[in-house]
Amino acid sequence: MLGWEFPPFISGGLGTACYGLTKAMDELGLKITFVLPRIVDNKYTTHVKLLAPDYATTSALNLSGLTNVKFRAINSPLQPYLAPDIYQQQIEKALRQKKHGGNASSSDDVGSTIDYNCDMYTEVHRYAAIAAQLAKKEDFDVIHAHDWMTYPAGIAVSTMSGKPLIVHVHSTEFDRSGENVNQMIYDIEREGMHSAEKIIAVSHFTRSIIISRYGVSGDKVEVIHNAVERNGNSKWILNESGIDKDEKIVLFLGRITMQKGPEYFLQAAKKVLNAIDNVKFVMAGSGDMMHRAVEIVAELGIGHKVLFTGFLRGEDVQKIYQMADLYVMPSVSEPFGIAPLEALNNDVPVIISKQSGVSEVLRHALKVDFWDVDEIANKIIAVLKYPPLRETLANYGNFEVRRLRWRDSAQKCAKIYEEASAAVC
Amino acid sequence: MASVCFYFQVHQPLRLRHYTVFDQSDTYFDDYTNGAICRKVANKCYLPTNRLFLDIIRRYEGRFKIAYSLTGVLLEQLLRFAPEVVSTFDALAETGCVEFLAETYYHSLSFLYSRDEFLEQVNKHVETIESFFGQKPRVFRNTELIYNNELATLIESMGNFDAIITEGADHILGLRSPNFVYHPKGCSKLKLLLKNYSLSDDIAFRFSNRDWSHWPLTADKFARWINDVNGNGNVVNLFMDYETFGEHQWKETGIFDFMRHLPEQILKHLDNNFKTPSEIVDCYEPIDTIDVPHLISWADIERDLSAWVGNAMQSNAIHELYRLEKQIKKISDEKIIADWRKLQTSDHFYYMCTKYFADGDVHKYFNPYDSPYDSYINFMNVLGNLHNRCSKQVLFDTNDITNKTFMGKNYQMGRRPRSRHCGLAKGKTPTDLKTQTVN
Repeated sequence: MLGWEFPPFISGGLGTACYGLTKAMDELGLKITFVLPRIVDNKYTTHVKLLAPDYATTSALNLSGLTNVKFRAINSPLQPYLAPDIYQQQIEKALRQKKHGGNASSSDDVGSTIDYNCDMYTEVHRYAAIAAQLAKKEDFDVIHAHDWMTYPAGIAVSTMSGKPLIVHVHSTEFDRSGENVNQMIYDIEREGMHSAEKIIAVSHFTRSIIISRYGVSGDKVEVIHNAVERNGNSKWILNESGIDKDEKIVLFLGRITMQKGPEYFLQAAKKVLNAIDNVKFVMAGSGDMMHRAVEIVAELGIGHKVLFTGFLRGEDVQKIYQMADLYVMPSVSEPFGIAPLEALNNDVPVIISKQSGVSEVLRHALKVDFWDVDEIANKIIAVLKYPPLRETLANYGNFEVRRLRWRDSAQKCAKIYEEASAAVC
Repeated sequence: MASVCFYFQVHQPLRLRHYTVFDQSDTYFDDYTNGAICRKVANKCYLPTNRLFLDIIRRYEGRFKIAYSLTGVLLEQLLRFAPEVVSTFDALAETGCVEFLAETYYHSLSFLYSRDEFLEQVNKHVETIESFFGQKPRVFRNTELIYNNELATLIESMGNFDAIITEGADHILGLRSPNFVYHPKGCSKLKLLLKNYSLSDDIAFRFSNRDWSHWPLTADKFARWINDVNGNGNVVNLFMDYETFGEHQWKETGIFDFMRHLPEQILKHLDNNFKTPSEIVDCYEPIDTIDVPHLISWADIERDLSAWVGNAMQSNAIHELYRLEKQIKKISDEKIIADWRKLQTSDHFYYMCTKYFADGDVHKYFNPYDSPYDSYINFMNVLGNLHNRCSKQVLFDTNDITNKTFMGKNYQMGRRPRSRHCGLAKGKTPTDLKTQTVN
């Protein structure tokens, strides 16, 4: 399995999805070798320590509880959700740090002698080459690649080994960038999809994008919805947040990027605040629209009612869910969207955009068009104003989410593996 | 002797328009959708079925009889959107073979929440039916056939009814058959007619179901089932939604042909006949007493009220609605009272039902909302506006009496343009015919 990120090093839903799926497959007894890039930026050295650094090219990491899964890490600055220009900035930053005596990477490792002068495109292909090398030492039946950065690696490994490639589409360039697609990324995605034996889409919403935008024949694309881990609910005591107890909290949690529709959240917030007062809006996450979001808040004059938390991880995520009265996901284009499931898992009712894959599996959620700010505000007010609505949504929603299990997704995956292997042999 | 008693429920709710919390307007109902649906159902069901029954009644010269319960909210809509339907009902009334039943004018659940309001609505309906069709209803049916002993005694105390209709639910009958007339517990003279749900549903729900072992249902086959009742019952009460004909069962299923041939097949057996509910009452004596301490209805498998007040949203919405009663009746603004009453129609709460939401089934039919949550939000927003209108009115009324100096200003703020009623009267709706009773 070629992935991107894995807890605890996550920046979005992809890592969560990979973890959930891998864990469930592990329980089914499937043997998995999970290959993922490992950034060598100084910022992450604390996490790198967690890995076993004694491997030459790659590092194996052992996560407790996963008995059938081996991890292989490839040193690479690749990170999910990066646009090439930002990637360039990060490389420059890393270069500067290196000049100032940064020696985080041990230069005798083959994979870690990173050519910092290369662009993202080259890096993706360099990653592919190392993955192919790595694959020689491994024994496997199918290759499962998650999202575009691993597709070239998937294709390389598949060509070399003759094993079938399955690409798993968690998002497409059209979701991330609207109509202003990056041609390089689109080409990689397209090539990956066409080279694959089977394509797994996280929703029918995404499946139709794959068929209409990438010219893939429909019988090749299967839908496997994401699910959610059920974690024990430990209740947190909230008094450190600067939010009054009688104030309601409306939560936005996700990357603050165009795709997630933060501006619609804020415009709706403004309308809500025109009608009711005892409510605060929390934006948890970071992203390239962060500054713009702060500006919008200032323009709308609702600075005293909007809190930015920055990027949250682990326990902090749990904590923020448990503080929230309502979760809003106004995504412009959301292939799936695991966060609403997590919210419901924590008994928080959700408003989700109709332009999302998760709306295919959730019935006990309020659904809106992301651009319909009036309707978003209308529904936010309703949930805050009428406790029976909140209770019914949370109760039935929580029940509904319990039925979405990674085990079922993993079983569907296993079936696709079998089909793909049979087709190739 | 088996008497077949047909009664058809004819009703369409007034659907609300999309109404957000930011809306200020006092127009709550979606005239466009309501008109469109009313005309569609008129063309597919009401007109062809009325014509068919007129035909059959004339052909059998008084031997074929049926009964209707037409809600007030439907009549108002028919007058506005499809007046030709009203004249065909009129023609049916004139044949003398058609009986009209009484119910709550607004097809409401008021019996459960306010006895005063319930009685007012029943009286309003009785007067409306009398003014339209020239007959005073003698038999009462409550919304969704909701029933218990208390309802029976209340109806008897009104003095003008001979019988009441409800569901022949298994758990109230035990081993008894619905094919007899019964006596409701606690009543002295009132009689109880019970729906034969099995034979009724054969037509209303199963008629076009190809997985059903008896498909296709022919008039001949159905008549044989009716004949089987002979010797083991007096009546077969076939109660169903009128929309069964042409809407729930499309014309293509052959439902109209079935109905056209049914009288002939049933009357072939010399012991069979057709009777209206009040003829049944005149003809047969009760054979036993039926005790219904707990509320029942004709809905779903449970035969309870959970389709309307089963979840927290439904019970919240309906309690909030009836909480306004006193306030609304104090300010005698007819427009506000009418709006409040139109919100009582049971369908508004049915749309909020989460019971079978996940599976998607009969509850979806005619449901204008994507989800029960949307319907609750919409309803509560409308109710919020209605509440504000009342409060403003109260402000105006008290100022009028106690603080004359500010009267001019508040008059501007709180008054309802009285002329609006003239605007409404254009269509000559039954509300306007009967406004006297409201006050």
